[in-house]
Amino acid sequence: MSPLVQLAAEEAENPLIPPIPELVIGLIAFVIVFGFLAKKLLPNINKVLEERREQIEGGIEKAEAAQTEAQSVLEQYKAQLAEARHEAARLRQEAQEQGATLIAEMRAEGQRQREEIVAAGHAQIEADRKAAASALRQDVGKLATELAGKLVGESLEDHARQSRVIDRFLDELEEKAEASR
Amino acid sequence: MSADPTQVLAFETDCHLFDGCGFPAPGLHSFLFEPLFGDADGNSYFNKTMLLALLGSIIIVGFFWAAFAKPKVVPGKLQMVAEAGYDFVRRGVVYETIGKKEGEKYVPLVVSLFFFVWMMNLWSIIPVAQFPVTAIISYPAVLAGIVYILWVSLTFKRQGFVGAWKNFTGYDKSLGAVLPLSMTIELFSNLLVRPFTHAVRLFANMFAGHTLLLLFTIASWYMLNGIGIAYSAVSFVMVLVMTAFELFIQAVQAYVFVLLTCSFIQGALAEHH
Repeated sequence: MSPLVQLAAEEAENPLIPPIPELVIGLIAFVIVFGFLAKKLLPNINKVLEERREQIEGGIEKAEAAQTEAQSVLEQYKAQLAEARHEAARLRQEAQEQGATLIAEMRAEGQRQREEIVAAGHAQIEADRKAAASALRQDVGKLATELAGKLVGESLEDHARQSRVIDRFLDELEEKAEASR
Repeated sequence: MSADPTQVLAFETDCHLFDGCGFPAPGLHSFLFEPLFGDADGNSYFNKTMLLALLGSIIIVGFFWAAFAKPKVVPGKLQMVAEAGYDFVRRGVVYETIGKKEGEKYVPLVVSLFFFVWMMNLWSIIPVAQFPVTAIISYPAVLAGIVYILWVSLTFKRQGFVGAWKNFTGYDKSLGAVLPLSMTIELFSNLLVRPFTHAVRLFANMFAGHTLLLLFTIASWYMLNGIGIAYSAVSFVMVLVMTAFELFIQAVQAYVFVLLTCSFIQGALAEHH
């Protein structure tokens, strides 16, 4: 051991016995730190931390509100869309039904007109046939009488007309024709 | 150093291996300082550790002032760092041990204690200062004393007179015949030993750390002669390793100190079982 160390060891007090001045200065130093931190700086930062927390929470709340609104709007849109679809389907159905009735009506009308035309045609034909038949009958009567007059040599016209012989004869012919058909 | 007022460093610098002088080993004298002014024999003096203590508290206040004096909701870099430190002590120590509701009141004290102790420890490896203030027992003793007073008064306030003594003595009927012995030991352990160990744990760690650093630093210098240079190099590597280790220990000891503080406070607040 050097003389210095020996001297120091002799002089050195027990290191566990605290020197008073250091105690005082230590207390002062700590009180300075504690005073500033506890009275000013930590309350300062606590306020800001609280503010920050609130802002973050406020932001979250805002976002939540926006989300709820968006959700409700979306639902509204969906409901409207569904309604519109429903309406469209209803209109289509209605149009289909209307179209069907229209077609049916038109078909019935066409049918009726056709039948009318056919009936008119038939009536026309019948009338023509009757006119033709009566004209024919007259002509045939006249021709037959003329022919018979020429054969007999005298006019049988008036007589034949009066006696209605020709008519009877033609009727018979017709009946025969009817029967043979 | 105390022996020779003219000496500035912690050891004799003109002494080397093979020069015929012995190794100037560090010892208790390494922790004694000549007053910068005042009289060492009396009780009115001002020395290096006091200067470091006051300077340290100014640094802490300065740091937190710069960070928290005008705090912003969107923090700058400095505020972010300070907030991280503050949050670590508040959440990691106080809320964890005492709980958020009860602990909030003690956050300023514990935060102050943590950063104060850490700063005082840090002086150990800050160039030029290079002395852990907490290696002088007075500083840990003051802090442990504050915690002790708080703990005892809080126990009386919360538990009442009888409850407090039950708390101190660890009163438990089920112990039966052993109860008097157990109560004596508990009382001794809680009221006398606890503050002592609280202070000495910090003091001894920093004391030992500083001694180790001194040992290797002195050895590096002492052996810097002839073949000793090789040994000196090894010793210097150890200086670096120990410096890094001290950096770690300083933070750990500050953490342990406030953790114990919180566990004492928690014990005072909790119902006695």
